[in-house]
Amino acid sequence: MSPTDPERGLAARLLGPSEPEVSCEECFELLDEYVELELAGADADARLPGMRAHLQGCPACDEDHRSLRALVARMDRD
Amino acid sequence: MSVLVPPPTLRASARVYAAPRMTRAGGATRDKASQALLHGLRQTGPARDAAIGDLHALLMRGAHHELARRAGQLADVSRGERDDLATQAADDALAAILAKLDTFRGASRFTTWAYKFVLLEAGVKARRRAWQGREVALEDQSWGQFADRAPSPQETLEDTELLQAIGVAMETDLTRHQREVFVALALNAVPIDVLAERLSTTRGALYKTLHDARRKLRAALARAGHPLHDHTGGGT
Repeated sequence: MSPTDPERGLAARLLGPSEPEVSCEECFELLDEYVELELAGADADARLPGMRAHLQGCPACDEDHRSLRALVARMDRD
Repeated sequence: MSVLVPPPTLRASARVYAAPRMTRAGGATRDKASQALLHGLRQTGPARDAAIGDLHALLMRGAHHELARRAGQLADVSRGERDDLATQAADDALAAILAKLDTFRGASRFTTWAYKFVLLEAGVKARRRAWQGREVALEDQSWGQFADRAPSPQETLEDTELLQAIGVAMETDLTRHQREVFVALALNAVPIDVLAERLSTTRGALYKTLHDARRKLRAALARAGHPLHDHTGGGT
């Protein structure tokens, strides 16, 4: 679920994830690997713990994640 | 720098993961193209210059992809200015990639690694351009206005009480800086890169402030007896 998802409750958006999460810097460091694991059908969250929680709490990193995933998927299709 | 709470396995796992096996159609071809590009960048002379040209072209495609995704945010930006933003993003990403080339550890294809740089640059530039000329109010009056609003039809009594408790905890448990950052980012949805630019700081530093504020609020809410699991569950 995205941090900006309208179905996500206001309290959830305000308080963010409760699980341990990586920092923005670590998220950027791991983002390419995370996206390729996702697109390959692997369990990216088990392989790279802390990423999912951060993406739920940080709208900017979540946007970067969605954009990279969409771009790589498109390039692989073309 | 690790500023939050990385799981203990993260750093070790990040070192040992091999590149995921590419099972998609065209994956092998993409792998070869990616390896050839990386090989070229590690050469000298004309071979390296040609690889840099190829990389820049790839980054331009990535920048245009990102700006096209954000067309709604950039509705009042001319085609020419969007092209300039794409070129700036590709140029800045190219410089960052060449400076960090030795840190590429092969956990993904090189092209995927490179794309993330240009998407970051293009995203930051687009967000800042979209907010150009807009004021970012750095005061915490917004919460008072929010707390005084009428509850939405979907809001339960429990939600209302929790939001009121958050308002109390903001006053009692957060520093002024934490309160300002929390209100700007979490309540008013100011893009973190825009706020970072206005405060001359970084995305990471602001997110750490937000993270610390959220942690304090959670602790205060728990002390006050407010259950959080129903509101903040992290399912995707």
